Parts: sequence; C-alpha cells; structure tokens
Amino acid sequence: MITCGMDLGTQRVKAVILKDGKVVGRAQGFSGFDPTKAAEKAVSDALKEANLTLSDVKHFSATGSAVDMAPYANSTVSMMGADAKAGVFLVPAARTIIDVGAEEARALKCDEKGIMVDFVVNERCAAGAGAFIEAMSRALEVKLEEMGPLSLKAERASPINASCVIFGESDVVSLIHRQESKPEIARAVFDAMADRVSSMIHRLGVNPEVVLVGGVAKDVGFVASLNRKLGLSVVIPEYPDYVGALGAALTAASRAAKEAQ
Amino acid sequence: MSGSDPSKEEFWRWQEYHRIVPDIKWSSKDVITAGVDVGSVGSKAAVMVNGKAYSWGITRTGANSPESANKALDYALKDTGLKVSDLKFIVGTGYGRVNVPMANKAITEIACHAKGANYIWGPSVRTVLDVGGQDIKAIKIDETGRVVSFLMNDKCAAGTGRGMEVFADLLQIPIEDIGEISLTVEKEPEPVSCTCVAFAKTEAMGLLRKGWSKEKVLAAYTRAMAVRMANLINRVGLERELVVTGGQSKNRGIVSRIETILGVKCLPMPNWREDGLDPMVAGALGAALIGKALYEKAQKT
Repeated sequence: MITCGMDLGTQRVKAVILKDGKVVGRAQGFSGFDPTKAAEKAVSDALKEANLTLSDVKHFSATGSAVDMAPYANSTVSMMGADAKAGVFLVPAARTIIDVGAEEARALKCDEKGIMVDFVVNERCAAGAGAFIEAMSRALEVKLEEMGPLSLKAERASPINASCVIFGESDVVSLIHRQESKPEIARAVFDAMADRVSSMIHRLGVNPEVVLVGGVAKDVGFVASLNRKLGLSVVIPEYPDYVGALGAALTAASRAAKEAQ
Repeated sequence: MSGSDPSKEEFWRWQEYHRIVPDIKWSSKDVITAGVDVGSVGSKAAVMVNGKAYSWGITRTGANSPESANKALDYALKDTGLKVSDLKFIVGTGYGRVNVPMANKAITEIACHAKGANYIWGPSVRTVLDVGGQDIKAIKIDETGRVVSFLMNDKCAAGTGRGMEVFADLLQIPIEDIGEISLTVEKEPEPVSCTCVAFAKTEAMGLLRKGWSKEKVLAAYTRAMAVRMANLINRVGLERELVVTGGQSKNRGIVSRIETILGVKCLPMPNWREDGLDPMVAGALGAALIGKALYEKAQKT
C-alpha cells in the first residue's frame, strides 16, 4: 500500500511517500507565499524519487501549521500526533519527543504505541525556535549552517540578552563592535534556546528515550547545548526534518487500512 | 529627508533634546543635584535646584554606557553655566546605572520612576506604568512616591520602546507619529494574536499583502501591545491615579488604548513639547530628588 504524508511548515513543506511501511520517497521545498503549490511540488518530487505517480497513492494525510492549505489531502493529523507516531516508529523506545521547527517548539510525552499522552508548546515567541538562530546568524554575519560548528569552538557563552530575538540582535551588534568572540555569541544563542526547550521538557517530566526532531535537530550547536542542559544524549533519527511528514504518511497508512476493511 | 532613499531613512529615530526651565536662578549655596538614567535605548539626565526641575537632556544610548551617561549629563548642563563639579550629589539609575562614572550612588529605576512620577503629577498617583526601551514595569506607589510593589515584564520586546522602533521601521512611519497614525483607523481591528516582534516582521508584511492599510496593521499591533501592558497593570492591581512614564508615554496610540481597556483615564500628560515636564525623564528627575535627600542626610550626620 502506498500513502503520502505532507508537513506544511512555516518555512518548509515536506512530503514523504510510504510503501508497505518503508519510506520510498521524500522531498521538501520552501513554503513561500503559496504553500499549496509548494506542497504539490514536494509531493511530485517525492513521487518521482519513488518512481510512482499521484494515482498510485491510496491516501494523503497532511499536518503542519498550514495544514488548511494542503492539496490532495484525504485527512489531516495534528502536529503532535504525527510526531508521536513517527517518533516511536523510528525509535521504538522513544517516550519524549521534542520538535523544534522554524517558528515553534513542542515537546510531547507518548506511549509505546506512539500515542501522545501530554504535550507542551512554545509558540508565538521566536526566541525558542529556529527563527532565533537565523536572526542571530544574520546579525553575526555568519552563514546559518556555520552557526552550530562555530558555537562548538567556544568554552563559554557570551553574556548577551538571548531571550528575545529583538534584544539579542541589538546586543550582538554592540558586542561585535567590542570585538567579542563570535563563537561565544553563537554558543549563547544555542544555550538560551536549550534553556527554553529544557524547561518545556521538565514541565512534562523527562522520560527517556528523548528524541529530537524537526529542522533544528540538524544543528550540531543546538544539540550540544541541549544535551549539556539535559545531562543526557538526545536521540536524533536520520532525516529529523521529515518526521512530521512521516507521521502523516503513517497515519494515512493506518486510515487507508481501516477503510479497506 | 526629502529626496533621500526612503529605505535608508531611520524611521525609528526619535528626537534628542535638552531644556532649561526659565526663571530658576542658582547660586553655589543651593542644593544642586542630578539624576542620570541610562536606559537601553535612551539616556536621560536631569538637574534639580533645591528639588525643583531646572534642566534636562535626552540622548540615545550608545554601545558604551559610561559614555552615554556623560553625554546625557553634559547635554542637561548645556548652557546652564553649571559644571559637573557644581553638583552636590549625582544618582545613577536605569539599565546601565552601574556604569555611570560620576555618580555618587546607583539606585534602581523602579524607585526613581516612582519618585519622578510623584514629582511630575503629585501625590494622587498610585500606579505608574513605566514603558522603557526593553522592559515594562507596573509600579504601585504611596502618596510620597515610595514603591509599594511592582511587576515587570522583561525579556520580551513586545510593547517595549525597542519593539515600537522595529514597527516604525517596518511600516516606514516616523516613530513620533506612530501613536497618532494608529488612531486614524475608522474601526479598531482585533489585536494580532501573536505579539512576538520578531515574527511581526513577516506577519505584518502578510497583512499588508492581504490588503490591510498600514494604519490598520499598526492599530492591530498597538492594540496587542496595549493589552499586554493593561494585563501587567491588572496583575499588580490597578489603583487610581494611573500615569505612564518612559518613552511610550508619548505614544497616544498606546496610552489611549490602555485607558479604553482598563476603563480609567490616565492623569493628563504634561505639555512636554512646550514647557512642561517630560515623563520620559521621570527616572532621572526621581534620581535627582533621591540624590537631594541623600545629600541632606549626609550633611546632618
């Protein structure tokens, strides 16, 4: 059976093609001003990779902040539900799943079947999400993907106001004038984000295994800060940015199976 | 600014100025004190002669706090004939108060704003909302201007002066006009649900693209900021009379919306453009008054 999951995020749209419990295609692109079009493109790219066509797909399921704009969708699934499902699919021992995306961070507790039990969301504040790293990399004049490796060179964090993007930006400018070390500033950014995320997890209670997903999971700087803060090693699946889309594809598969009965 | 590239205009830039109150004469026998309030965005200094406001200066805070403190005090002393050595006592306050090199003492800005509000509006003031460059404080005070309790919203730019500067730049409206312009909408829009200033950069563009006017976008954001401030006042416990100090006291869009939400009128704003006291210097005035009290106490012992 072939199903498709789409995750329409604030910054990127991801699509996963699932065939009999195996991922056979994945693709992503910027959401831009037309997430519908971006999703159509991602689905078509993912199908191409899998050597399949739209008509082969039994069930489409969508998730993400722009879920209302998803094309083809036969059903939708909550972002938390998708994360729980795919998190446990990829890491069967996962009981806490953290998803840090471009504009939102979430933490959820789940059971062994991948059913969400409890969750905490940090929304509507850029300081706890990927947008913070982006803004700071601009202020530091460092490429986004270099922020993480740069921060690993620092022994300590620079004393910046890292709890608000707006204040952080002005602080960084004056620190650069004073020729403060860029690695230490980068480290402060990740430490502050890790503080926010770990306080969310502590509200849920830390239940290992702790799995980190979402686009920000690919950032080595954030991962190092979070591990230091939590005092454990978070598990990061391969393709952490596709976890939401995978969760939707898995949901699509179980719904299609139910319909077939 | 005409003829210049509009994208290069600094819409956030507010006016620096200094003023001397006429008809006040000083001599070396007078108790002349000063307060220097180094905020995150503005540095303010006020000089008092026997506890009466004599002169003040408002400048932008630079990257270096001691320099900003010196600049503000020099500005307040400009054309007065006074020198720093004529000042009997100097109190430093504000975010950068520990970096005021010439200060005899550093006092928190909460105590200074309380005292300053009491000086500007008189003993009936019980609640002071101080909206600074990077934080918002709701302060309860007694009839002598002493702090009874306070609450602070920090670490978030929503509603602060710095946040407003970002909006001014974003919408390309001079900061000193954003309050009035936000009030020109025919019907007050719903406040935006997301107050994060960082996200506003993209969300406001989305609203404009949807066909909202600049005024409507500004009104929706100003309303959301005013809601945050009103919530803070309610949490500390609103007691009349209410006043607003700090740079945002000059933003009619904010003040009038707070009044609507809370259902009370603030005490009227002094005519700071002409000859009145400026609520933006409330902290520096309070600091100078506290300086006078400390000086007199030291003289007695």
